Amino acid sequence: MPDTLTVGDVVAQAAFPLTRDSLVRYAGASGDFNPIHYRDDVAASVGLPGVLAHGMLTMGLAVQPVSDWLGDPGRILDYQVRFTRPVVVDPDSGAEVLVVAKIGKLDEEAGQARVDLTVSVGEQTVLGKAQVVVRL
Amino acid sequence: MPINPDIVGRALDSTAPYLVGREKIREFSRAVFATNPINLDPAAAQAAGYRDIVAPPTFPIVIQQLTLDQLLAEPDAGIDFSRVVHGDQRFSYTRPIVAGDELTGRLTVTSVKTLGGNAMVTADTVVTDASGEHVVTAISTLVVRAED
Repeated sequence: MPDTLTVGDVVAQAAFPLTRDSLVRYAGASGDFNPIHYRDDVAASVGLPGVLAHGMLTMGLAVQPVSDWLGDPGRILDYQVRFTRPVVVDPDSGAEVLVVAKIGKLDEEAGQARVDLTVSVGEQTVLGKAQVVVRL
Repeated sequence: MPINPDIVGRALDSTAPYLVGREKIREFSRAVFATNPINLDPAAAQAAGYRDIVAPPTFPIVIQQLTLDQLLAEPDAGIDFSRVVHGDQRFSYTRPIVAGDELTGRLTVTSVKTLGGNAMVTADTVVTDASGEHVVTAISTLVVRAED
C-alpha cells in the first residue's frame, strides 16, 4: 500500500474467469443450491436467459482485489453491493468478471477509506453501489 | 399470496450455534477466489495477529442463509421462494470472523415495500459470538417478483 492515497486512485484490479464449475463449487461452499445456478432447464423454465452466477459469488470475488491490496482481509469493515444485472455463465465459454477498485473517499483521521468497485462483464456493469470501507 | 406487511418488526428465533471450521473457511475462500494467505494459512493469520485463519468478507452469508430459510418458512410471510431475487446485500463488521468462532444469527424484518407488482423485503441478521458480542450484521434486501 502506498503512503499517500488520493481520491480517484485505482488501487487494484483483476479479472475472474467463471465457469459452470465455479458455480457448483460456490453452491457447495455457501449452501445455496438454487438450481438456476447450475441447471439450464430450470433457468429457462423461470424465464432467465441462461444459468446465472450466484449474486453472492460475484460479490464475494469482487472484494478480493481489495483484500490483496490491503494485505489483510480483516481490515474490511463494511461491504455493500446492489445486484443490478445477472451474470450469465455460458456452458462453454463461461463469463469473465472484471473488477476495478478505486478510492472513493478518504478519512485520514479515522484511518479509513471507502473503496468503490466497478464490476463488469463485457461492457456492462453487474453490481451497483459496490462500496468497501477499509481500515488503512 | 402477497407479502404480508405485518412481518415488519418480526424477530425470528436465534439459529443454533454454528462452529466456524478452518476447512470450511478454506473451502469458502477457494469458492470466492480468495488467495490471501490470512484466509488460508494459520501461520500467516497468527503472524498478522489473528487466533486462526480469517473468513472472507462475505462468509456471513452462510449464517444469514440459515436465517433467510427461517423467514421463507414462516407460514404467514407469503414469500414465494421461486420468485425471490437478491436485490442488495451489506455486511457491517465489528470484528472479522476467525476459525473457531461459534456464531449465532438472529433475523429481524426491517421493511416491506411494494413497487409495481414487486415486493421488497429487507431483513437484518445480527451475528454474535459465543460470549454474546456482536461480530457482524448482514443486511439483505430480497425482491419478490410479481406473479405473471
